[in-house]
Amino acid sequence: MAAVQGGPVDAVEEKDIKTEPSNDGCGSNSTNDGRAASASPGSGAPAAGAKPAAAAPEDQQTLLAVLQFLKKNKLTESVDILRREAGLPEDSLDLKGADSSAAGSGGAAGGAAAGGAVAGGDLGAADASSLLSRVTASSSAVVQAPTKAAGEDQPDVNVVLSAYSQQGDPKLYPVYYNGLKRFIESVLDCHRAELSQVFYPLFVHMYLELVYNNYESEAKAFFEKFRGDQECYYEDDLRILSSLSKREHMRGNETLLDFRTSKFVLRISRDSYQLLKRHLQERQNNQIWNIIQEHLYIDIFDGMPRSKSQIDAMSGSLAGEAKREANKAKVYYGLLKEPEIELPLDDEDEEAENEEGKPKKKKPKKDSVGSKSKKQDPNAPQQTRIPLPELKDSDKLDKIMYMKEATKRIRLGPENLPSICFYSFLNAYQGLTAVDFTDDSSLIAGGFADSTVRVWSVTPKKLRKVKSAADLNLIDKESDDVLERIMDEKTASELKILYGHSGPVYGISFSPDRNYLLSSSEDGTVRLWSLQTFTCLVGYKGHNYPVWDTHFSPHGYYFVSGGHDRVARLWATDHYQPLRIFSGHLADVTCTRFHPNSNYVATGSSDRTIRLWDVLNGSCVRIFTGHKGPIHALAFSPNGKFLASGATDSRVLLWDIGHGLMIGELKGHTDSIYSLRFSRDGEILASGSMDNTVRLWNATKAFDDLETDDFTAATGHVHLQDNSQELLLGTYMSKSTPVINLHFTRRNLLLAAGSYNP
Amino acid sequence: MSTFVLIWIFCMCVRGVIFTDLCTLSAMAEERRQKQCSVSLPTESMKAMAESVGVGQLQEESCAALSEEVSYRIKEIAQDALKFMHHGKRRKLTTNDIDNALRLKNVEPLYGFQSQEFIPFRFASGGGRELHFYEEKEVDLSDIINTPLPRVPLDVSLKAHWLSIDGVQPSIPENPPPAPKEQQKVESTEPLKIVKPGQEDDGTIQGKTQGATAADGKGKEKGLIRLKPRSTHELSVEQQLYYKEITEACVGSCEAKRAEALQSIATDPGLYQMLPRFSTFISEGVRVNVVQNNLALLIYLMRMVKALMDNPTLYLEKYLHELIPAVVTCIVSKQLCLRPDVDNHWALRDFAARLMAQSCKTFSTTTNNIQSRITKTFTKSWLDEKTQWTTRYGCIAGLSELGPDVIKTLILPRLTIEGARIKGVVEGQVVSNIDKIGADHVQSLLLKHCASVIAKIRPQPDLAEQYRTDYGYLGPMLCSHVMKARTQAALQAQQVNRTTLTITQPRPTLTVSQSGFSGSGGPRTPSIIKVPSSLTLMTPRPGTPSQPSPPATKYIVMATSAGAASTQQVITLSSSQSATPVTSTVPSATSTLQPLVKLESGGGPGLTGSRPLQKYIVVSLPSSASSSLETKSSVLPTSISSNPLEAAMKLDRSESPGASTQSPH
Repeated sequence: MAAVQGGPVDAVEEKDIKTEPSNDGCGSNSTNDGRAASASPGSGAPAAGAKPAAAAPEDQQTLLAVLQFLKKNKLTESVDILRREAGLPEDSLDLKGADSSAAGSGGAAGGAAAGGAVAGGDLGAADASSLLSRVTASSSAVVQAPTKAAGEDQPDVNVVLSAYSQQGDPKLYPVYYNGLKRFIESVLDCHRAELSQVFYPLFVHMYLELVYNNYESEAKAFFEKFRGDQECYYEDDLRILSSLSKREHMRGNETLLDFRTSKFVLRISRDSYQLLKRHLQERQNNQIWNIIQEHLYIDIFDGMPRSKSQIDAMSGSLAGEAKREANKAKVYYGLLKEPEIELPLDDEDEEAENEEGKPKKKKPKKDSVGSKSKKQDPNAPQQTRIPLPELKDSDKLDKIMYMKEATKRIRLGPENLPSICFYSFLNAYQGLTAVDFTDDSSLIAGGFADSTVRVWSVTPKKLRKVKSAADLNLIDKESDDVLERIMDEKTASELKILYGHSGPVYGISFSPDRNYLLSSSEDGTVRLWSLQTFTCLVGYKGHNYPVWDTHFSPHGYYFVSGGHDRVARLWATDHYQPLRIFSGHLADVTCTRFHPNSNYVATGSSDRTIRLWDVLNGSCVRIFTGHKGPIHALAFSPNGKFLASGATDSRVLLWDIGHGLMIGELKGHTDSIYSLRFSRDGEILASGSMDNTVRLWNATKAFDDLETDDFTAATGHVHLQDNSQELLLGTYMSKSTPVINLHFTRRNLLLAAGSYNP
Repeated sequence: MSTFVLIWIFCMCVRGVIFTDLCTLSAMAEERRQKQCSVSLPTESMKAMAESVGVGQLQEESCAALSEEVSYRIKEIAQDALKFMHHGKRRKLTTNDIDNALRLKNVEPLYGFQSQEFIPFRFASGGGRELHFYEEKEVDLSDIINTPLPRVPLDVSLKAHWLSIDGVQPSIPENPPPAPKEQQKVESTEPLKIVKPGQEDDGTIQGKTQGATAADGKGKEKGLIRLKPRSTHELSVEQQLYYKEITEACVGSCEAKRAEALQSIATDPGLYQMLPRFSTFISEGVRVNVVQNNLALLIYLMRMVKALMDNPTLYLEKYLHELIPAVVTCIVSKQLCLRPDVDNHWALRDFAARLMAQSCKTFSTTTNNIQSRITKTFTKSWLDEKTQWTTRYGCIAGLSELGPDVIKTLILPRLTIEGARIKGVVEGQVVSNIDKIGADHVQSLLLKHCASVIAKIRPQPDLAEQYRTDYGYLGPMLCSHVMKARTQAALQAQQVNRTTLTITQPRPTLTVSQSGFSGSGGPRTPSIIKVPSSLTLMTPRPGTPSQPSPPATKYIVMATSAGAASTQQVITLSSSQSATPVTSTVPSATSTLQPLVKLESGGGPGLTGSRPLQKYIVVSLPSSASSSLETKSSVLPTSISSNPLEAAMKLDRSESPGASTQSPH
C-alpha cells in the first residue's frame, strides 16, 4: 500500500527522469525483447489462444516491447503515461477496469513470447543461450484472461492479480506439484539442487492462484501439505502467506503485490533447464509450465550446475537471486583524490616533539602518503563526477588534524587487536534506538524512542550554543578569537537535548564537519539540526512513512534516507526536495550508507537484498542477494572496494563491489547484527549485535584469501569456504548491553555504544 | 443486520482483540511457532465483542467471516509491529510498537492501553465460555492526589568503560564475568571441549589451522591422544591485592570488615581466577586450625566456604577435593575448640553439616558419587563403638542434613541402640562432664530430626508405650516430640484451610464501607460498584424488547490482585427489578482475601423476571493463590440475588485451593 499511495505523488517525475537512462543502459535488452517477440508473431498468438493483435506495424511492436519492459520493472506510472501518449487503443477501455484490449495485446505479446520459447526449445541447443534467456524474459506477466475480475479492483492491482485467472482444476494442484516433486527427486544429483529452486516460487504462486480463485480449503490443504518442503529461510514469508486465506486479503498486501509484480529470479544451468522443460512438455503439464513462464525469470547459464551450498549462499531474498546482468555495470569504487593541503602547523609540532627528544621520523612517511594520493586510481570516478562542496578553511584544518592523528594510528592486525571503549547508555529503559559518533570521536548522539535526540560531548570541551543575535552584534568581528567569542559560555553543558520529532528516532548521522546532525524518525521526516545553535534547521518531508535510516555523505552536503515506503532518497541539505529517488527495493529500506567516494549509495532492505545505487543517474548498479533476513547494518571498507552487511540472520556477508560477488560469510553471532565498522586501515572488521557481543574479524585475511578467477567473476558462482572460526579474532561480551553502534577513532581505538538493559 | 453494524462490530473487534491476543501474537513473533500461524480467533470472541457493543444476535456465518477477517488484520498488524521492534533494537514487542503499526495503516492507535505488566489480562470462564479481559481497578482520585509524588526517574546518562584492552577483556564489574558458570561447569566436567568465548587463544587457533592444513591422518591421531590442557591462573596485581585484602578481612578481628569481605566473595562476578587460591587457603587454614583448636577461625573459614558456594558465578566442582575434606573435618573432628565443655562447637558442626548437604545437593553426580561417599564415611564412623560423642554428633548431624530419606533408612533403625548408649551415659554413674554434654546434644539432635520424619511416616495415634517398644530409651521423648510436630503441622494446615470458612457474620449494607464514600444510606451505589470498562461486555444492557434475549449466561470472573484487604466484599448487583445493587461487606478472618464481587443482571428494568437472567460473578483472589473457580459454581440458582450470603458462601467454598481446577494465568 505504501508504494501505491505514497510513491506516485512525488515520485512520478523522478521516475520518468530515471527511466530514461536506465532504458538507455539496458536498451539492447529491451529492443531484443521486441525482436524476439516479433520473431514469431504468427505462431505465438494463436497458440496462446489470444485475440489477434489489432495492428502489428513495426513501431507498434517496439512500443509494446517497451511497455512490457516498463511493466516488468514495475514502472506502472510510466506505462500509463506512455500509453496515453502513444494513444494506444487499450486505455480507452481502462475505465471499466477490464483493460481487455490490453489483455489482448499483452496476451499477444506474451503468447508470442511463449511461442518463441517453445520454438527455442524445439531448436534445442542450437539456439544461442542469450536469445533463449531473453525469450523467457520477454514472456511478461501480462497474459491476462479477459475480464475475469473486472471492475472490482484498482486497475493496477487488477492487472497484477488477474494473472491468476481460472486455469484448471484446483484439486489437481497437489497432483501437479507432487508430480514435479517426484520428477525432481528422481533426476541426477547434480541437477536436483538447481531444480529444487523452482519449488518455492511455484508453491507460492500455486497457493495464491488457489486463493485468488476462492478455493479456500484446497488452498489451505495445499499449503499444509507442502510447506514443509520449503527452505527454512523462507519461513518468514511463508508465515505472511499462511495468514492470507481470502481473495480480499490479497488486495493491499504489499508483500504479495511484490511477489506478483516482480518476477522471481532463478539461476539454472542450461542442462537442468532442458531437463525440466522436457519433463513438463512430455507430461503436458501446462499448469506448472504456465506459472514458470509467467511468473519466473529463469536466468540460464552455460556450464556446470551449481551445488546446493552455492545455491543456498545466494538465495533467500524476496524475489530470488539477482539477475546476472544486474551486476554487470561498471562501478567506480576507487577513492577520490585527496585535496592537497599544506601543513603549516606541522613544523611547529614537529619541533615541539623534537624538543621532547623524539627522533624525527615522520617526514619521509608523510611524503609517501602524499605521493600515494597524487596517483589517480583507475577505478576511481572522476573528481567532478558529482559536484562536491568546496573545502572550507575549517575543513582544511580538520583534515590536517586528521592527518596528524593518522600518523599516531596503531596498526592493527591479528596480533594487535584494538582496545574497545564501551559507552553504555544508562537509564534508557529500552528506549535507545540509534547512536552515532562524529568522525573525530568528540561527540556522541543518541536517538530515542521518546522522540528526542541527545548529543553528548565526550571530551572535556563542553557543548555551547552561539549567542543570540543581539549579543552577536556586540562582538568585535575583527578580533582573532571571534569564533570563541560567539559562543555563549552560560549554555555550556555536556548534554544537549534536541526536541522536534514526533515519533521514535530511528536513524542518526553527524555531518563530517560536525556542524550538523541528521535524524530520521517514525514521523516520516528527516531533520537537520545545527550543532552551533542546537536548533532544528530543516525538516525534510518526502517519506510519508517511518524513515528507518539516514546517512551523511563523507564529503558533506548530500545525505541519503530510506524508509518504510521502500525507496531511498538522496537529498542535498539546501534542497527541501530529494535530488534522487532510488526505487526498486521490494520492502522497507532498512539501512543506508554512502560509499567513501560519495558517488554511490548502498541500501539494505527487508526484502533481504542490498542494492548499490549510482548517485549520478539514480540507477541501481548492484544487487546483492544472500541474506536470509532484513539487513540492518552496512559498512564500506575504507578503500571502497568491499562492502560488509549484517542482518537479522546473524551473519555478516562480505561483498566485492567491483566484481559484484559475495566473497565471504562470517558466522558466529547469535542474534541480529546492528552495527558494522572497518578499522581505519581496513584490517579489522568489528561487528556488534543484539547478542551483547562485539566481535572482531580478520578482514585482511578474508579479502586476501579470495581467489577470483575469471570463471567465478563471469558466472558469479561463488564457493565460500567455511572459515569463520579462523577469521574470528575476538569476542567481547558486554553485560546485557546490545551493541548498537561501533566506531573506530582516528587512532584505531574502537568505540562501541548500546543501552544497558538490566 | 445492516452492514453498518457489522463494520462497526468489526472495528470494535479489531481494537479489542488486538490487546486480548497480544500474548498469542508476541509468542507467535518470538518463537516462530509454525502452528500459531494458522490460528484464528474463535467465533465466540466475536460474539462476546458483539454483545459488548450491544449487538445481541450475531449469526454464525457473520461471526465466522468476522473472525477470519479480524485474525488476518491482527496478524498483519503484528507483522508490522515486529518491524518497529526490530528498528527499536529490542527483543520485546511493546504496545507502542502496535500503536505505531496502526498508525502505519492510518488507523488511530489505541489510547490508554499502556500497562505496567507485560500481559495485563485476566482469565475468566463460566457457562462453557472462556474469555480474557482487561482488569481496570477503580482509582480513588483523592488517593492519587494525596500520595507524595514519585521520584523523578533518572535521566539517561552515558558511562564509558573498557570492554577490551589490547584484545583482552579486563575483569571489572562493568564487564560480565570472564568465565560464565556454564562454561566453568563444562570445563570441569568435560575438559576436552573447552571453548573460550571470551578470549580466543591464539595458540588454539593456530593449532586448529595446522591440524586442518596437515594431513587427515593427524586428525585421527589427535582423537587418540587425549591431553588435558594445562590451565594457568595468573593473577593481575589488582587481583593479588584483592586476594590479600579479602583473606585478611575474612580471618581478621573486625567483624564489619569480615561481613563486607564475605559479601564480596558471595557476589563478585570476577573471582573465577582466584578460586584455586581461595580453595587452598581454606583447606590449609582448616588443617592448621584444627590442630590448634581455634574454633573462631574454623567458623570464619566455613563462612568463606558458604560465601563461595553462594556466589552465582562460580562453579566449585573443580575444587571440591580440597573443600570437602575441610568441611568434613569441621563436622566430625574429635575436638574443635580448646574448652569442649564450654565452647559451642556444636553450632560449627551443624553449620558445616548444612554446607556439606548443600554441596551434595549441588555437585553430586553419578561420576563423583559425593553423596554416597559422604554417607558411607559418616555411617562408618558412627557405627564404630569407640567413636567419641563429638564425632558421633557430627556424623548424625551430617547424615540428617542430607534429607528425610537418609534419616529414614539410616538413623531410625539405629535409634534403639543409640538410645541405649545415651541412657548409659545419662543414667550411669561414672561419667565425665564432657561425655554427658555430648550425649545430651546427640539426644536433642536425634529428637529434633527424627520427630518430623516419624510424624510423616507413622500413623496416629502416638502412644508412649508403643514408641518405647519401637525406639527404646528415646521412645517416650520421641513420642512427645512427634505429637508436637503433628499439632504444628495441623495448625499450619488449618491456617491454609481457614480461608474457606471465613464468613462468620454477614452484615448486609448498601455500600462498600471501605471505599471511603460517605453516602452510605442512599441507593446511589452505582458509583461504588466496580464495573471496569473492559468488563463492559458484561454490564447489564437492556435488550430491545422485540428480540428474544440470549439464554442465561453466567460468568465467573476472577482476578488476581497484589494488594491485600482485610475485609471481604460480596457485592450483588441485580438490575432485574430495581437496579439496586446489594453489597455485603464481610469481615474476613484472614487478611489474604480480596474483594468478592458479584454482579447479577437480568433484563432491562422495564421487563419483568420472565426473561432469563444473566449473571456475572466476579471474584478477586490474592495474587499468590493460583487457585481458580470451579466451573460447578456457575450452576448457581438463578434466584441467587435474593440470598447473597448463600451465593457468597458457595463461591467462597469453591475458592478453596483444593477445589482448583484451572489456573488464572
